[in-house]
Amino acid sequence: MTTATAEKSVNNGVNVEALFGAKEALANAPEAAKFRWRATVKWINGTHSRSTVEGFYGLGAEHKHKSQFSFDADHPEVFAAEDQAATPVEIVLAGLASCLTAGVAAVAQARKVQLRSVSATLEAGMDIRGILGVDSDVRNGFDGIKVTYKIDADASPDDIKAIVAQSQKRSAVYDIITNPTNVTVEVA
Amino acid sequence: MPMQTTVVVIGGGQAGLAMSWWLARHSLDHVVIERGEVAHSWRTQRWDSLTLLTPNWQSRLPGYEYKGEDPDGYRSMAQTIALIEDYAKYVSPPLRTRTTVTSVRRGDDAYQVVTDRGTWHSRAVVLATGAFNVPLIPKIAESVPGAVTQVTIDHYLNPDRLPAGGVLVVGASASGAQIADEIQRSGRPVTLAVGEHVRVPRVYRGRDIQWWMDAVGLNDERHDQVEDIMRARSLPSFQLAGYADRRSIDLNALTAVGVKLVGRLAGISDGKAQFSGSLRNVCELADLKMNRLLGTFDEWVASHGRDPEFEPPQRFAATRVEASPPLGLDFNRAGIRTILWATGFRPDYSWLDIPVLDHKGNIRHDGGVVAEAPGLYVLGLPFLRRRKSTLIDGVGDDARDLSAHLAAWLRAQHPPRTLAAAAQA
Repeated sequence: MTTATAEKSVNNGVNVEALFGAKEALANAPEAAKFRWRATVKWINGTHSRSTVEGFYGLGAEHKHKSQFSFDADHPEVFAAEDQAATPVEIVLAGLASCLTAGVAAVAQARKVQLRSVSATLEAGMDIRGILGVDSDVRNGFDGIKVTYKIDADASPDDIKAIVAQSQKRSAVYDIITNPTNVTVEVA
Repeated sequence: MPMQTTVVVIGGGQAGLAMSWWLARHSLDHVVIERGEVAHSWRTQRWDSLTLLTPNWQSRLPGYEYKGEDPDGYRSMAQTIALIEDYAKYVSPPLRTRTTVTSVRRGDDAYQVVTDRGTWHSRAVVLATGAFNVPLIPKIAESVPGAVTQVTIDHYLNPDRLPAGGVLVVGASASGAQIADEIQRSGRPVTLAVGEHVRVPRVYRGRDIQWWMDAVGLNDERHDQVEDIMRARSLPSFQLAGYADRRSIDLNALTAVGVKLVGRLAGISDGKAQFSGSLRNVCELADLKMNRLLGTFDEWVASHGRDPEFEPPQRFAATRVEASPPLGLDFNRAGIRTILWATGFRPDYSWLDIPVLDHKGNIRHDGGVVAEAPGLYVLGLPFLRRRKSTLIDGVGDDARDLSAHLAAWLRAQHPPRTLAAAAQA
C-alpha cells in the first residue's frame, strides 16, 4: 500500500515545488514577502461601475498581469437597478470560492491526492434593512456564509475534509472575510 | 580576574542538570549557573493547580527514573520541584545558584559569561534557559479597556485572585483550557477565544496519550526526519491536563461546564473584542488531526498484533460549535472584568550578545548546535532534536547528543598532546 502511494504520480496542475521553494526562501526574507494589491474603479452610470486590475507589487519589484482584467458590477432589478453585471457582494462570494478552490488544488497536490472534480456552492444571508438604514442594529454585510464542496478525489472522506479545512486555514480571502481589516477611504 | 572553566551551562532546571550529568561522563570541567535555586521557573511562574502533563513514569532523566507507587499519576508543582531537587542532589553539579547572567559574548579565544557574581571564561556555552521565559501577548492588548484587568499565565495563581465577574481567556492550548475550566467552576463565567489548537484525549484505549506517543515512536521522531521543522517547532501544546481522574479537557468538556466558545481574538476597538469567524474550521481541523493520530495508534496496534492488550478503538464526538458563535463582545455590557492571556511564551535572550537570533528573536540552530558560533549550544526548545525535546523525559537524549557533539568539537580544537590525555579522551 505504501509503495503504491509513493509511486503514483499526481497532477492537479499546481506547481507545489515552486510554492515550497518560495516558502523556504521567504522565511528569512520578510521584506520580499510583502505584496501590495491594487484595483481601480470607474463609475459608469447608476449603480453600474467597472473595476480593473493590472499591476501589483511583490518580491521587491513591480509586476503586471499578462493583460488587464476588468470586473463590471451593478445591482439587480429588484433594487431598481439595471442589472448589467453581478452585485458586488456576489463578487465577494466569487472571490472566496476561487480562493478556497485554488487552495484545495494546492493542498491536494502537496498531499499527493489526485482531484477528479471539485465544485462548490456558496450562499450568504443578508438582511437588507442594514443597507437601507431601516434598523441600525442590523449589519450591512452577510450574517453568515455557507460553502458546500463536492469533491471527487483519490482519497478518503476524512482526507478530503482535511484538505478543505487546510485550504481555509491558508486562504487570504477566508481570512479577509473572517477577521476585521482596517479600511481607510479618502478623497484625493 | 575572570574564572576559567571549559563549559558554562546557563540554567539549573532539568535541561541544565541533564547536560551537567553528561558533561561529567565526558570528564568536562563545567559550571551550571542558575539565577535562583534549581527549578526556578517551576517555583515562580506556575499556577497553584498545575500538574505535569506527562505521567510520573515518563519523567526519566539521565541516570534517573521513577520508582514511586503512582506511575500513572501526574506530579503537582511541589512534587515536580522535589523531582528536580532530587535530581540535582543525584547529579551534584558544580552549581552556582543566585547568580544572574547579564551578558554572554565571544572574546578572541573564549566565551565570556558575565554574571552579577563575576565573569567566567569558557571554551563552550550551553544555553539551558528554556523556551518559556516571557509571556507572548498580542499587540492588541494595548487596546484593552482600562477597567479590564489583564493577567498573564506566569502571574496567574488561582481563580480567587481574579476580580468577580466574567473572564475572557485567550488561547485554548493546555494552559488556556485548564485555566478556563477552573475559572468557570469558580463561578466566574468564561468566554474562551479559540484559535488553532491540538485536541487529544488524555487516555485512549486504556493508555495515556503520552504512552502512545512513546510507543508508536512519535516522541522520538527527529528534527531531521519531519517534513516541515519550522511548523513542527511552532505547534501549540496538546490540549491536556494532568488531573487525578485522568479526564480529557477538550472543548466539549469545557462547554459542558458552561464555558462559551468564540473564535480567535482578532481585534479590540472601542471597548469591544472582535473574534474571527474561523471557529468552526479550527475545531474541524483539530478533530480531523486527532482522528488521524488515533488512527496511527490503531494501525500500530494492529500491525503489531496487540489488539487483545487494549480496549477497542474509539472515536470521540466532534467538537460542538454553536451555529453562529458571537463575532464581537462589549467588555462592559458583557461584564468581562478580566482578560487572561494564555497565548504562549517566548525565550528571553536579552543577555545574549552574540548575533545568532533570527528576525523573530529565536536562536538559529541545527538540532541545538549553533553553527554561527562554534561552541555555543542550546537545549530545551520545542522540537530541538526530537518531538519530546521540551518534555522532562526528552531533554536527556538531547543532552547526550549535544554533549557528544561538544566533546568532539573540543577535541578537534585541541587535539590531545600526551598519551595520558589521549587515553582520557
